[in-house]
Amino acid sequence: MPLGLLKYGRGDDYPYERQPDLPGPTELKDHYDVVIIGGGGHGVATAYYLAKHHGITNVAVLEKAYLGGGNTARNTAVIRSNYLTPEGVRFYSASVKLFEGLANEFDFNIMYSQRGQLTLAHTDATVRAFRQRAEVNRHFGGRTELIDRKSIAELVPCLNLDPAELPVLAGLWHKDGATARHDAVAWGYARGATQRGVELHQLTEVTGINQAAGRVTGVTTNRGTVGCHTVIQAVAGHSAILARKAGFELPLVAYPLQAMVTLPVKPFLNPLVSSSALHCYVQQTGRGEIVIGGGSDPYPLYSSRASLPLKESLIASAVDMFPFLSEMRLLRQWAGITDMTTDYSPIMGVSPLENYYLDAGWGTWGFKATPICGQTMAQLVASGGQVPELIQPFALERFDRFQQVNEMGATAASH
Amino acid sequence: MSPRRLDAPYGQLIDRDSPVEFEFDGELIRGYRGDSVVSALLGEDRWLISRSFKYHRPRGPLSLAGHDANTLVQTPRAPNQLAEDLDAQDQEIVSGQNFLGSLRADRYALLDRLGRFLPVGFYYRAFFKPRGIWRYWEAFIRKTAGLGVANLRVKPRYSDKQYLFCDVAVVGAGPAGISAALTAAAGGAEVLLIDENPYTGGALTYHRFGLEDVTREHMLAQLRSSLAAAANIRVLSGATCNAWFSDHYLPVFQGERLLKVRANTCILATGSSEQPVVFRNNDVPGIVLCSALERLLLHHGVCPEGPAVVLAGNDDAYLTALTAIDAGLTLAAVVDMRPATDNPALAAALAERGVTCYFNATVYEAHEDASGLRLGSVDVYNIETAGQVGALTARIECQLLAMSAGLMPAYQLACHGGAKLEYVDEKAAFALTQLPEGMLLAGGVNSIHTLEAVCADGRNAGRQALRALSRPADDDEAVECALRVNHPWPIFKHPRGREFVDFDEDLQVKDIINSARLGYRDIQLVKRYSTVGMGPSQGRHSALTTARLIAQATDRTVSETGVTTARPPVKPEPLGLLAGRRFHPVRKTPLDSRHRALGAHMIPAGSWRRPAFYGKPSQRTACIAAEAQAVRTGVGIIDVSTLGGIDLRGPDAAEFLNRIYTYGFLKQPVGKTRYAVLTSEQGVVVDDGVAARLADEHFYVTATTTGVDRVYRDMLRWNAQWRLSVDIAQVTSAYSAVNVAGPRSRDVLESAGCDLDLSAEAFPYLACREACVGGIPVRIMRVGFVGELGYELHVPSLMAQSLWDRLLSAGAAFDIKPFGVETQRLLRLEKGHIIVGQDTDGMSHPGEVGLEWAISRKKPFFVGRRSVEILMAQPLKRQLVGFSLSVHAPQPKEGHLVIRSGDIVGNVTSCEVSATLNQIVGLAYVHPDDALPGCDITIRTDDAVCVQATVVALPFYDPQNERQAL
Repeated sequence: MPLGLLKYGRGDDYPYERQPDLPGPTELKDHYDVVIIGGGGHGVATAYYLAKHHGITNVAVLEKAYLGGGNTARNTAVIRSNYLTPEGVRFYSASVKLFEGLANEFDFNIMYSQRGQLTLAHTDATVRAFRQRAEVNRHFGGRTELIDRKSIAELVPCLNLDPAELPVLAGLWHKDGATARHDAVAWGYARGATQRGVELHQLTEVTGINQAAGRVTGVTTNRGTVGCHTVIQAVAGHSAILARKAGFELPLVAYPLQAMVTLPVKPFLNPLVSSSALHCYVQQTGRGEIVIGGGSDPYPLYSSRASLPLKESLIASAVDMFPFLSEMRLLRQWAGITDMTTDYSPIMGVSPLENYYLDAGWGTWGFKATPICGQTMAQLVASGGQVPELIQPFALERFDRFQQVNEMGATAASH
Repeated sequence: MSPRRLDAPYGQLIDRDSPVEFEFDGELIRGYRGDSVVSALLGEDRWLISRSFKYHRPRGPLSLAGHDANTLVQTPRAPNQLAEDLDAQDQEIVSGQNFLGSLRADRYALLDRLGRFLPVGFYYRAFFKPRGIWRYWEAFIRKTAGLGVANLRVKPRYSDKQYLFCDVAVVGAGPAGISAALTAAAGGAEVLLIDENPYTGGALTYHRFGLEDVTREHMLAQLRSSLAAAANIRVLSGATCNAWFSDHYLPVFQGERLLKVRANTCILATGSSEQPVVFRNNDVPGIVLCSALERLLLHHGVCPEGPAVVLAGNDDAYLTALTAIDAGLTLAAVVDMRPATDNPALAAALAERGVTCYFNATVYEAHEDASGLRLGSVDVYNIETAGQVGALTARIECQLLAMSAGLMPAYQLACHGGAKLEYVDEKAAFALTQLPEGMLLAGGVNSIHTLEAVCADGRNAGRQALRALSRPADDDEAVECALRVNHPWPIFKHPRGREFVDFDEDLQVKDIINSARLGYRDIQLVKRYSTVGMGPSQGRHSALTTARLIAQATDRTVSETGVTTARPPVKPEPLGLLAGRRFHPVRKTPLDSRHRALGAHMIPAGSWRRPAFYGKPSQRTACIAAEAQAVRTGVGIIDVSTLGGIDLRGPDAAEFLNRIYTYGFLKQPVGKTRYAVLTSEQGVVVDDGVAARLADEHFYVTATTTGVDRVYRDMLRWNAQWRLSVDIAQVTSAYSAVNVAGPRSRDVLESAGCDLDLSAEAFPYLACREACVGGIPVRIMRVGFVGELGYELHVPSLMAQSLWDRLLSAGAAFDIKPFGVETQRLLRLEKGHIIVGQDTDGMSHPGEVGLEWAISRKKPFFVGRRSVEILMAQPLKRQLVGFSLSVHAPQPKEGHLVIRSGDIVGNVTSCEVSATLNQIVGLAYVHPDDALPGCDITIRTDDAVCVQATVVALPFYDPQNERQAL
């Protein structure tokens, strides 16, 4: 047993020696240097890096519900960098690097678990695309390779290599692929940020963006009006709605994304496995649950309701891949709202409103970008609007300039 | 030892004439048909069923209704099955799970001793120093977590699905549900009555609703006979309605079938979940809910070993005590957490029977017997204030404790529909509010508990359903229920802990309080931090206690705290039933049997199967070379039936095409084809094909095999906006097609009896004609994807085989050779034709891939035009070019990168060894500065070996286009 746990044996009350992970509720101040709208992983990560790297601590994170309760809580915690475009690979690789050190940086175990991610190709076209992704990844130092059926069978012996009349031809094996306890990531950032003086206000909903002469001056909330110098919006599925309150449109469409878990069983599956043709991914959590997820629902909707047809089709695909799952029991099903861009890349950086910064368009790829997103957004704010090079390709204006960063092929169903 | 069972009327569910047996944990267990695995085990006085999730504590049944996770067991096929839901008669071998060693002596039980070093969320606090150590700890923790063991070798069983439709779906066939169903049916509604149990009657089958147990059986018989007599009620027994989805879509699991019920109105009569009392060691096997004891006696006729103690938080528990005494169970005491009973007659009745009642007292701690695996005694303490105890009043030897802290509505289905569970702190009473339209509540779930009121509430729900269906109904009856069923604070924190709030996750009172103390104040954060309610029973027995504890710890009311969201499903459900039978449609062209007879190697192309080439996969290269050779020097034939076909007719057909595709179509002459490129609104090339004008108002357009469905859908969508006078039909399956290609193709057609003048003058390149070949009507296009003289013959699918046979027999004289799609890919590459989807990607605009010529600059509009113009006005970032290198060089593969000064500038999209050209040829995106013929490019191939290739003008083969125009 780790020695760190011995101190807990002294009695019921813990923690003894330190402050709580999260401070209790306080009153809103009249003015902050920075207001971050959205207390999900991205919002608190940005606050954390603002405080830690830039000494900016007069910061309020405003969350309409509770910390990390949106897509941070609902995503299936896939961390990977095996994207297709150089811009994407560079960005997500930086994120993976940060993830690796987070637990020790936070002094809070986020249970980062590098299991490797395997994506299955069932067609020639996918094999070609996978080879390109493997090559691009390796070019940027990632550990990704195209592997054959035999190697796949060795990696995942219980996988059915001939599912659904769609024989597996090859696999994209991404050794850097990982998972982590998603909630712990948000808590670790929130803890580190609030310990440095950042205020986290839960149950605080922003209802209006106040502006004067083309620049933001504050926000109106259900708890009153707050003035501020800078605003960052980091509200995932509701990005387009909030931007409209700020007076501009974002090219986003919201789709529901569903996932589910089974009852836990003893470990049998190490890598994260997904199929490009069946639009399904399967992984086993540290608790032993099997997580099953896939593509978004085929219609736009601002609702996080779960549905039966998607459950049936996703599970059918999962059972095609792992036939023995038919005897496992489903425990829980849920949905999140994903804000999809046309090129499956995020929107980060400046907006038409001065001092109002965007962190949006995170579709199904938001969680894995949490650390690097927080770090670059903090840089952006601290520098007064100088967009860091790493996120320049993701500017909102790319849609007007026809300079999209197309990750569609590298995103569908593997998240 | 044979099972000791009570005589009738006890044991309603078992058939004493049909003994069954199975093996549990290595021992033979005997029971009767109708027994569950649990009741059979309890019949043999075996109370240890499983081990808990975290501390590996011994666990026995709690609810006996399949509503808790204490009875999860393993069968050879499947882990994590609720033993209550397993029929004893169907089993051979059952075992406990989550132990190391044996169920009785689990070596992981050591974790229980170490428990104080493992506070809530301990894994967030340790195991990560020094950096990198976590991966080793993780492996160990993963092994101790998890519950059962998946059998990786099992194959899915047969299961199917059925759709059902009804006016009213009633979930729960207890007195409320039956009353609701009868009322709705009497008013003319078609009713589906769904109950998870194999019987109807619900609590009427085991619970007495008053001091004198006289009305119960009479009422049960009456309700059942009315049900049997009602013509328009269908009863689904043993059927679990496991979720509510939008618009009353209900998945119901019955046996090996998933029933998908669509109801107009939905009445929930799901009853309540009895709640446990929270005290130290409240999880020891032998401690059950009151309703569980009643079920055990009445349903299974098992009278457990006494003496027993009843721990009461309401009057209902006294009724359980009376039932137990009547059944012959020795009752040592009733311990009532309240100062007195609400109905004094109940206390008197127990006193009459010589049972000691302790008031204002609780069981504060339970002790195991000598085995450590079963209840031995309980300590009774006086309650001073809420949750605080005074002195030890008595230690009572007992083997069984039945407890009831109250009744919580079975709220799950209502909450799936968005309902909110409200709690009135003063009355300790619940209310479900904000129900979705068309959802009604009846009985226990509506917090109505006395029998008369429950039935009246059911009838009212039936009436409301009728009104919702616009059918006449009587006025509602007045329903009153003053019964207080919930104790306000049945939680007794103990200095040494082990007062379990959540049995699934082994969470104690301090775990919940400490979560809040650490700052996780929101009930959802408590859930996520402590994992309370995340186990198999989804918080059914822990949600209320958690809400109470968090409310107290954060100075809020339970209403303010709320309970965590209930998500589907209600109970764990088998994946196999959700997957159901699998159908994997495969499309075959009419010529499929011909290809197989010719020894084709078939490969998938979308949902189609197509010949890759003809011959053994081991001889792939030789086969493709021979087929290519035949096309280049003689004649070949390929089945291109999978090409999409779209027929457009109407006065605006040309106008429509002119808006959809990039080229101009208004002036296209009848009898001519044109290349048709489709761009998206983002200006990206998304499909291509050939448009043949068969008449002024009739076009026949091809699309790519995998793209046609999307093209057709987009066409319909656009025309819904444009409202042009054009009919659009997808005829992909209605027409089949073959391409006869090669210098001798004209000879083959003539010899096959084509009634056209096939001369180059009469039927030139890119022309199209309608004709007959040996009496078979065909649409013929002179197109040349492979770069030779060629004819594409489109024929109604019914006649495809005749045409194929005719062409092959006519072609025999010219050594005609069928060729496959892989050969075609090589031939078209030699000719420099791109394949959309292979040589284009999600960003390719026409300017990048050499399709500028296919864009009409004159017309005012086509889909994507604005984007295409903007993109093509920008400096090119990359360009698709042909490249070649020596056959002796390492062959680049599709997906390999083009590198320039150490940076990625592009990638190889197509690459083949061309025997005709004696070179490796390919297409690749390169830097625009390297796009001119003669430039050198660097391609990084396998194992990072870089090769130099030379950019070559396209096409590689027949640059003067002489051969296809013959």
